[in-house]
Amino acid sequence: MQSGNAIRFLLGDQPQTLSNPPPTMTVLEYLRKTEHMTGTKEGCAEGDCGACTVVLGNAENGKMRYRAVNSCIMFVPFLHGQQLITVEHLKNPDGELHAVQQAMVEEHGSQCGFCTPGFIMSMFAMYHNQCPTDRQSIDNALAGNLCRCTGYAPIVRACRKALKSTIKDQFDRKENKTVRSISALDARTTVEINSNGQKYYAPRTTSDLARILESHPESRIVAGATDVGLWVTKQRRYLETVIYTGAVESLTAIDIDDGYIRIGAAVTISDAMAVLAEHYDSLDELFIRYGSDQIRNLATLGGNVANGSPIGDSLPALVALDARLLINSAQQTRTVAAEDFFIDYGKQDLAPGEFLERIDVPLPQERQEFRIFKISKRFHQDISAVCGAFSVTIIEDRVHTARICYGGMATTPLRARNCEKALIGNSLTAEDVTQAREALDMDFTPITDFRGSSSYRSAVAAGLLERFADELRSGEKIGVRQVQHA
Amino acid sequence: MLDFVPDKELTRTVRHPLPHDSAVRHVTGEAYYVDDIPEPRDLLHVWPALTPHACARIISTDLRAVSQSPGVVGVFDAKSIPGINDCSPTIGDDPVFAQLRVDFAGQVLFAVAAESEQQARDACRQAHIEYELEQPILTIDDALNRESYVLPSSTIRKGDPEKAIENAANRITGKFECGGQDHFYLEGQAAMAIPREGGDFLIHSSTQHPSEVQDLVAKVLDKPLNAVQVEVRRMGGGFGGKETQAAQWACIAAIVANSTGRPAKLRLDRDIDMLATGKRHDFTFEYDVGFDDSGRIQGLKVDMASRCGYSADLSRPINDRTLLHLDNAYYLDHVTATTRLCRTNTVSNTAFRGFGAPQGMLCIERIIDEIACHLKKDPLQIRRLNYYGKQTRNITPYGMRMTGFDIRSLTTELVESSDYRARRSAIRQTNRDSPRFRRGIALTPVKFGISFTTTHFNQAFALVHVYTDGSIHLNHGGTEMGQGLFIKVAQVVAEEFSVPLSTVKITETNTSRVPNTSATAASSGSDVNGKAAQDAARKIKKRLCEVAAQKWNTRPDAVKFMRGLVVAGRNSASFAEIVKLAQVSRVPLSATGHYRTPKISWDRSKMQGRPFFYFGTGAAVSEVAVDRLTGEYRLSRVDILHDVGKSLNPAVDLGQIEGGFVQGAGWLTSEELWWDANGSLRTHAPSTYKIPTIGDVPEEFNVQIWERGRNQENTIYRSKAVGEPPLMLAISVYSAICDAISSLSDYQVWPKLDAPATPERVLMAMNKIQNGGNA
Repeated sequence: MQSGNAIRFLLGDQPQTLSNPPPTMTVLEYLRKTEHMTGTKEGCAEGDCGACTVVLGNAENGKMRYRAVNSCIMFVPFLHGQQLITVEHLKNPDGELHAVQQAMVEEHGSQCGFCTPGFIMSMFAMYHNQCPTDRQSIDNALAGNLCRCTGYAPIVRACRKALKSTIKDQFDRKENKTVRSISALDARTTVEINSNGQKYYAPRTTSDLARILESHPESRIVAGATDVGLWVTKQRRYLETVIYTGAVESLTAIDIDDGYIRIGAAVTISDAMAVLAEHYDSLDELFIRYGSDQIRNLATLGGNVANGSPIGDSLPALVALDARLLINSAQQTRTVAAEDFFIDYGKQDLAPGEFLERIDVPLPQERQEFRIFKISKRFHQDISAVCGAFSVTIIEDRVHTARICYGGMATTPLRARNCEKALIGNSLTAEDVTQAREALDMDFTPITDFRGSSSYRSAVAAGLLERFADELRSGEKIGVRQVQHA
Repeated sequence: MLDFVPDKELTRTVRHPLPHDSAVRHVTGEAYYVDDIPEPRDLLHVWPALTPHACARIISTDLRAVSQSPGVVGVFDAKSIPGINDCSPTIGDDPVFAQLRVDFAGQVLFAVAAESEQQARDACRQAHIEYELEQPILTIDDALNRESYVLPSSTIRKGDPEKAIENAANRITGKFECGGQDHFYLEGQAAMAIPREGGDFLIHSSTQHPSEVQDLVAKVLDKPLNAVQVEVRRMGGGFGGKETQAAQWACIAAIVANSTGRPAKLRLDRDIDMLATGKRHDFTFEYDVGFDDSGRIQGLKVDMASRCGYSADLSRPINDRTLLHLDNAYYLDHVTATTRLCRTNTVSNTAFRGFGAPQGMLCIERIIDEIACHLKKDPLQIRRLNYYGKQTRNITPYGMRMTGFDIRSLTTELVESSDYRARRSAIRQTNRDSPRFRRGIALTPVKFGISFTTTHFNQAFALVHVYTDGSIHLNHGGTEMGQGLFIKVAQVVAEEFSVPLSTVKITETNTSRVPNTSATAASSGSDVNGKAAQDAARKIKKRLCEVAAQKWNTRPDAVKFMRGLVVAGRNSASFAEIVKLAQVSRVPLSATGHYRTPKISWDRSKMQGRPFFYFGTGAAVSEVAVDRLTGEYRLSRVDILHDVGKSLNPAVDLGQIEGGFVQGAGWLTSEELWWDANGSLRTHAPSTYKIPTIGDVPEEFNVQIWERGRNQENTIYRSKAVGEPPLMLAISVYSAICDAISSLSDYQVWPKLDAPATPERVLMAMNKIQNGGNA
């Protein structure tokens, strides 16, 4: 195994080499403290406000792909082999503003200006990803950027103006050169960092990963660090050894074969959910309510699963769809059903030395109906009060099989077994649903916290069951956001 | 010499929709905030340690491990303060560092100065403090039961409301409450103190009130005011949250710098900011209203109580403003209202855009809706019926005669442009057959008094220099927090001299250039600073006129400033030429300006007088759709018509209207402050505290500046203040949600719905109303 202790990336178009950087130093800290580039701001240090948004460039098949991410919870070593673009890089050398900057000035998109660099970077990514100019597309791309001054209206106008521009910017013009610069970084080696005793490994194969994990069973596996990042920025936890899975090629692959969508544990939510939503329409809305674009571009499906939070957004879907988890280690490989993986709050079926390698989601079956609904205080970028996933097969108008899983109702994502039983054999008439609602009441005793009271969660869980039945009966997508004004 | 090309576009600067003066720097990341200022050599980083307890006696404090932590240079607490341990803006009840006891979870115990922020932060966790816990008072009800108040209650009274209610044909009583709101400025509180020679200090502070920061820093350091200079280039948002709440952090940084002789910076992270600094007051209301069969209010009695937190801060004037805005746009012949200022073991609540008025206005709008529901009439009809009159029914409960207040024609225009009637009837029609979703619509007006109720705050100062090349240096006491004050005042000065805006250098606010200022607050920024700058500019202009008149042998009043030129008859010279001539003629090219708001007088002891120079007005129509099964809702269309007088800068004003509305909508919908049973705030970061995102703003968001708007008072270019009033346009969102819920009773019952109207509260209200209850 070839390895090195340096990470190499492009800062703008300048190659940078950092030898043994602190493994859990955030990219934001690096920019502001080391590089004295203060354009990128800290608004929350938890990936929820977007003031710290930067853009990562990756060379894929000879082309650059740009993604907006939160620099406040991203660790510096993750930059290895990528291009880091900040608000300072956008202006042309002759001082001319980038199209997104110019549009924000012309449309009065900044007031206090503190969130503005983050918006500019999200818009820069939209510009390069040819984001459509309809409101939903703009909202989905910018819901991770909070602005407290403008009410967003001028930002929408600026977005539309900038996205209509077809001018190639300096990044387009330099694309080939950037691709070459990235390949010249020679970042295909295993990174091993030791920074004053704090260690970091970025293996490239599952066997290396298994081996490192075996010799460092105390280590913390990270993929996107959208949760672990907060342990550092908020709880000031010291992670002695960090193993990064994002460089393991097989963990970042998606395959479809033998009736399964097989998603590597380090595939980002953006990539994973896009594929899953192609097969399960109902995941579309969950996808846009799942964190923000910046978070989805860092967070991984494997991280969401291994983390095992009762309010993890993907988990009810995976349990309802009867996904299988491939667990690996230096000793053995095994498969566990998603629903059996979540043992209790904070406790998953993952032994020391083991890691989650892949999530296998069955392809839709004939006569299968799947729906998922997430309910939270705010539509975009909020954590579920309740999330309900419903998967049934219908034969001759009757429910033949049912898998229903709720998040936010118990200490783990949990199947509603009484409710399932009540539905099987029935035909989802109003009466049937009323019966199933009563059964559902016996399935859960939810807690009260700031996301919702126990009685609200129970009421919503029942409401989602009705919504599911209603969608099946009507064959329509039903949601308050589909309602037009009078 | 600068070559000023006369430019028609640019020399008429007032009323142009010019971009924010820092817009280009905002979008390039070149705009500096306190934490971005290049760090001086030997800078110390300071972090505050907060108590987790809401109410406790401190038994013992052991900070040895803190001092011995890596990188720590000093630990500072109450004993480190050379002067007075207080940073209260009013009555001296806000210790910089808690001493002997703690009175809210989040109160600062001590601060650590270290070589790095992380070291300071880690050291804070090493303290060993023993407490004797006491029973905290957390809610308004707790405080009322235990008669715990920060200050005595206030009452406003007119006529004989008890009798009027008794005699009225109809009577409704009710109660409800509204929550507070965190400012959630994107830039957290920050300050940097830099020692200068002779024991002086320069303080960079993210504050709306540099003079108060100067005053409080001087007090904690036991120094005269002239030893402390406070500078503010810009804030990353303020909204009232940096009016009094910025001082503590500046004081702590100054204490560290004073003690160590090294520069010191303190920047709060989001969690500490939200735990340790004050918010909008939450309120409870109990009302008793009598009205006739047409819906006209005969008598009104309201008992209010606000949660002030552990200290007074600005709670007195905030509660006064609540009382003074209980009428909103409605004439009340017989009214009495009392507000009680509850002392609780929670963070001390403070100024927030609207300053108590939104809560009072929410109350009367709810009452109007209930009257309409009771009489089965369109609430708009009840609103119009109760609107202030022009000739009669035009005296406020505090004795101020309303003149030139024209909410009626503004409403009429908005009703037309929003298609309110047709939409309302379509909604009522379709709701009947809509099991899944219910829609609601509401039009609510805003009348907001402009001026500080503390009369002497209504003054401002400016200092204008003209340099010999004709370039202008503008200083005034106002601060820039994103609201566009600097560009507006610069427009005024450029207009006065009739020079291009680029000639006017906009500078940071600094107490050594413009002293003894009021807070940039109460929406007054451009009104008072614009006038003060105009006064300074006119003084210089007058002198230049004399210089030019002498040169051309004409009268000074024949000299005009036009398009970058100074002109008298057929004579003309460039502005810079006359400036140069003035210099060699030994005429001063610098002047101070002053403005005091005229006509206002206020007798607080009687709650009578004319507290306001004039009123900001507007109205909004909001439509919502509510999900019957989950309580989730969507704002589907908003129409706003707002009066900004003759706008100084329509782009800036539009931004204030749109932004204020959305911020108000957040207050009333998704922004929920949630304390646990021990008095710890559990929603102290954006992951848990949900301000509106871009997806909450309706696609159809029609915001218009009222074309007929004009200020009948002699304000700066007849403009109107616009900072706060638009926030209260969002009461229409709350009203529309209630309307949607009411449909479930076939409009027989108006729902009891507390604010914020979270999906949970909405679902519970729907379930109750459908089950025939409404408690």
